[in-house]
Amino acid sequence: MSPVNYLYLASLLFTIGAAGVLIRRNSIVVFMCVELMLNACNLAFVAFSRMHGNLDGQIMAFFTMVVAAAEVVVGLAIIVMLFRSRHSASVDDASLMKL
Amino acid sequence: MENLIGLLVAAPLLGAAVLLCGGKRLDRAGHWLGTALAAASFVIGVVLFADMLGRDGEERALHSHVFSWIPVEGFQADVAFQLDQLSMTFVLLISGVGTLIHLYSVGYMEHDARRRRFFGYLNLFLAAMLLLVLADNYLLLYAGWEGVGLASYLLIGFWQHKPSAATAAKKAFIVNRVGDMGLSIAIMLMFTTFGTFAFEPVLAGAGETSEGMLTAIGLMLLLAACGKSAQVPLQSWLGDAMEGPTPVSALIHAATMVTAGVYLITRSGAVFNGAPDAQLVVTIVGAVTLIFGAIVGCAKDDIKKALAGSTMSQIGYMVLAAGLGPIGYVFAIMHLVTHGFFKAGLFLGAGSVMHGMNDEVDMRKYGGLRKYMPVTFVTFGLGYLAIIGFPGLSGFWSKDKIIEAAFAKGGTEGWILGGVALLGAAITAYYMTRVMLMTFFGEPRWKRDASGAVAGASPQRPDVEPVAENAADADTAHPATGAAAEPHPHESPKSMTIPMIVLAFGSVFAGGLFSLNSSFVHWLEPVTGHDHGHSPLSAAAVTSATVVVLLTGVALAWAQYGRRPVPVLAPRGSLLTRAARRDLLQDDFNHVALVKPGEYLTRGLVYVDAKAVDGAVNGTAAAFGGLSGRMRKVQNGFVRSYAVSMFGGTAVLIAATLLMRAV
Amino acid sequence: MSGLSLTHTLAQQAYSTSTGEAVQFWILGSVAVIGALCTILMRRAVHSALCLAGTMIILAVFYLANGAYFLGVVQIVVYTGAIMMLFLFVVMLVGVTAADSLKETLKGQRWLAALCGLGFGVLLIAGIGNASLSTFTGLGEANAGGNVEGLAGLIFTKYVFAFEITGALLITAAVGAMVLTHRERTERMPSQREQAEARVRSGKQLPPLPAPGVYARHNAVDIPGLLPDGTPSELTVNKTLRARGQIRDVSGEALADLAALEQRAEERLERDQDTEDRAAHDRDTEEAAK
Repeated sequence: MSPVNYLYLASLLFTIGAAGVLIRRNSIVVFMCVELMLNACNLAFVAFSRMHGNLDGQIMAFFTMVVAAAEVVVGLAIIVMLFRSRHSASVDDASLMKL
Repeated sequence: MENLIGLLVAAPLLGAAVLLCGGKRLDRAGHWLGTALAAASFVIGVVLFADMLGRDGEERALHSHVFSWIPVEGFQADVAFQLDQLSMTFVLLISGVGTLIHLYSVGYMEHDARRRRFFGYLNLFLAAMLLLVLADNYLLLYAGWEGVGLASYLLIGFWQHKPSAATAAKKAFIVNRVGDMGLSIAIMLMFTTFGTFAFEPVLAGAGETSEGMLTAIGLMLLLAACGKSAQVPLQSWLGDAMEGPTPVSALIHAATMVTAGVYLITRSGAVFNGAPDAQLVVTIVGAVTLIFGAIVGCAKDDIKKALAGSTMSQIGYMVLAAGLGPIGYVFAIMHLVTHGFFKAGLFLGAGSVMHGMNDEVDMRKYGGLRKYMPVTFVTFGLGYLAIIGFPGLSGFWSKDKIIEAAFAKGGTEGWILGGVALLGAAITAYYMTRVMLMTFFGEPRWKRDASGAVAGASPQRPDVEPVAENAADADTAHPATGAAAEPHPHESPKSMTIPMIVLAFGSVFAGGLFSLNSSFVHWLEPVTGHDHGHSPLSAAAVTSATVVVLLTGVALAWAQYGRRPVPVLAPRGSLLTRAARRDLLQDDFNHVALVKPGEYLTRGLVYVDAKAVDGAVNGTAAAFGGLSGRMRKVQNGFVRSYAVSMFGGTAVLIAATLLMRAV
Repeated sequence: MSGLSLTHTLAQQAYSTSTGEAVQFWILGSVAVIGALCTILMRRAVHSALCLAGTMIILAVFYLANGAYFLGVVQIVVYTGAIMMLFLFVVMLVGVTAADSLKETLKGQRWLAALCGLGFGVLLIAGIGNASLSTFTGLGEANAGGNVEGLAGLIFTKYVFAFEITGALLITAAVGAMVLTHRERTERMPSQREQAEARVRSGKQLPPLPAPGVYARHNAVDIPGLLPDGTPSELTVNKTLRARGQIRDVSGEALADLAALEQRAEERLERDQDTEDRAAHDRDTEEAAK
């Protein structure tokens, strides 16, 4: 088996995550899908790291995780705020720019 | 002495400023302040005149540089005055007659609530006119010229509550603007030709300039003069200007405003001398206006309008004389001065009559007033004798000279112009006699019988129709007809009669004084030059011809208005009479020739603006609006829609990258 | 000879992985894809979160298999341990039982999403397949001194600035989260007296709200109390539960129970009647027989 398969898996997971972002309305689930996309990227980084024989890819994945952690903290705080003010976690309800 | 020149203008200007800015505190004494400042200007003028007489002919001109107005490299405009014999003549006429009219207005405007403002405007009028005649360059002259236009606008429309007065003021202003445009073009031409617009270099350089340029400048100056002096074709404002208070009419017709055009032509004599074509046009304009005004004067029943026609005609004489060149300049100015006296007297007399007749202006409702207003009758009568050129009185001396000069032009032109001038003299005698007879002689037509109808009124006849003048004077011509009260003619107060008496003296003696030893000719000769010309007729022949036509005119008028009673309602009259009542269709001509095309042009422009310009602009806007309306549907506010477009965009980017690599 | 065989082995190693890893990949990879699909298709957020956690654990295994030992551990500890728990906290806060409708409300959104996702995935896979990735080095050399040491060496030398900035980012995020959820008091807190006055003035209900479960079958907090006419009153349920829509209406149950009871009773009575009738009949026949 070639390690390239890991890349195919990563792109599959990424696409599934993106589709989830597009079709789900619950903001928490949307957020989870974003996490899924990030994880797919991480898998690709790790696979690249192995293919090229150096650790830079793993460093990238590491930074991605840290940034994801920060993002989750802020994002969930925003979701809580939204829920508090609108009593809903649906992303469609926050369409203030709608005509 | 030079420093006094500025004061001539400054005194009335100060009066205007104080009276117009001073507020209601000056209501009680303001009119005397205005009169005093006008008199002060006259006194200064007399002092300067005495000083001028003390010097020799060539050294009499005084120059006074006040300040640099627009000092720019290559463009030097100064506020500087020049007082020579020509200016002196005008200064004395303007400030003298002006002061008398101020004095007259004190009585005439006594009951007007806005008297202070009226005197402020009068002072402004004097100041502007004095600035006009004292300027030593054309630009400053232009400033005075515009000031006169402004003051005339304010005064003609003084009774602004009357729509007819407001319209007349606008008409005068707009028609004058046409002439002003001519003057401004003339000044621009002068600047491009001579590099300056001061009188001395321009007039001195006129001899070395091409005839074509001089003709152009001369015609533009003539256009300006036509506007201010009410010459054909810009004469239409003068009749309507009667909407102003009578002293204003006197001021406009005698001392200021209409004389400005004659002054301009005489002052620019050197330009016209080098352009015979322009001179010919000037004489034609003068001759046409002379007859035009006289015919209009014959038909009008409104006393002021009849006098207005007469003014037009007399100014026509002056312009005709000025167009004759050095032969006529002196006589033009001389006639101007004598006319200033007798026309001011006539207008003040007309005002006095109106004052006593409840502001009635229709002469057909006068008659037999000589018993009730003896002073007015005598002064008006002397003015009348002067204007028709009765031998010995002022008008005789000046008009006779002009007719003589017209013959002296020589050739066919001379005969034609002389003939026209003689014809004018005959018509003048006719219509002035008509005014005189209708006003002061005959049956009193203003008395009412028991039934309230006006005495002497003709029974309704099918061929009688009311005076069909233009709508502007229809409501002012008969202000008293509705009132049941019978007028009680009475003599006017002293402040009105004294100026009339003084002016009557001028009407009688001024001409003779000027002609004594040709003193006026010698006085003005250093400025305008003089040439006797070669008259094909002897002076005696011309004089006797003048007297003959004069007597003919008087006799005709007597036959029509003296022997028979004057109908209160105007007869239908001939075609010419009816046309003359409508000012020889001048307004109709202007309407058809200028107003209508202007309206069509405006309508066309509005159409183009609405359809093409607005259509393009609004169409573009509508197109963008519609496009935006469709495009804004993309912006539905849902995050997920935006996410789809982002995602799709990413896919497209990847596709593009792959394609680039494949290629 | 041996050298040739060594190079061959190395080349073999470079082009493919061990059979065990292949088996692991295919099994766990399938599970990961199923977990991802479940994440986006489950109607309840808590199920999605659990599926995602499973996918992440599988990814951790893949990291380990790829020689990223440190990342594999971090993935389990930080992602599945911390981040997913945070998600679960928020899910609980918002309402664990609330199920989302999967019906699409935006016109054409689903079709566009499918089109874009399909196109994106196809293009990505085509791109990867198109790239010349036939060789790979392996991490044997890089991990020689230990994976953690190797990463540490890079982080604290080559990537030290990025690392520091990441630290600043984390602090900013922590502060940001606090600021977002913190509500600033801009005015004096009203005293009890003022609150009472305002309450009276506003005409709201003055006595305490009715307790849940009154006249209902039981007094659990999500059971609304019944009004005298038997209709449930939402006022009696906690506001948070109301907002989540977690109100159990049991007003019909009592009637249903009563109806069932009556029916049962009737049935029993009928049966008794029947037996009595039969007994009477028997008695009659017996008497008749006598």
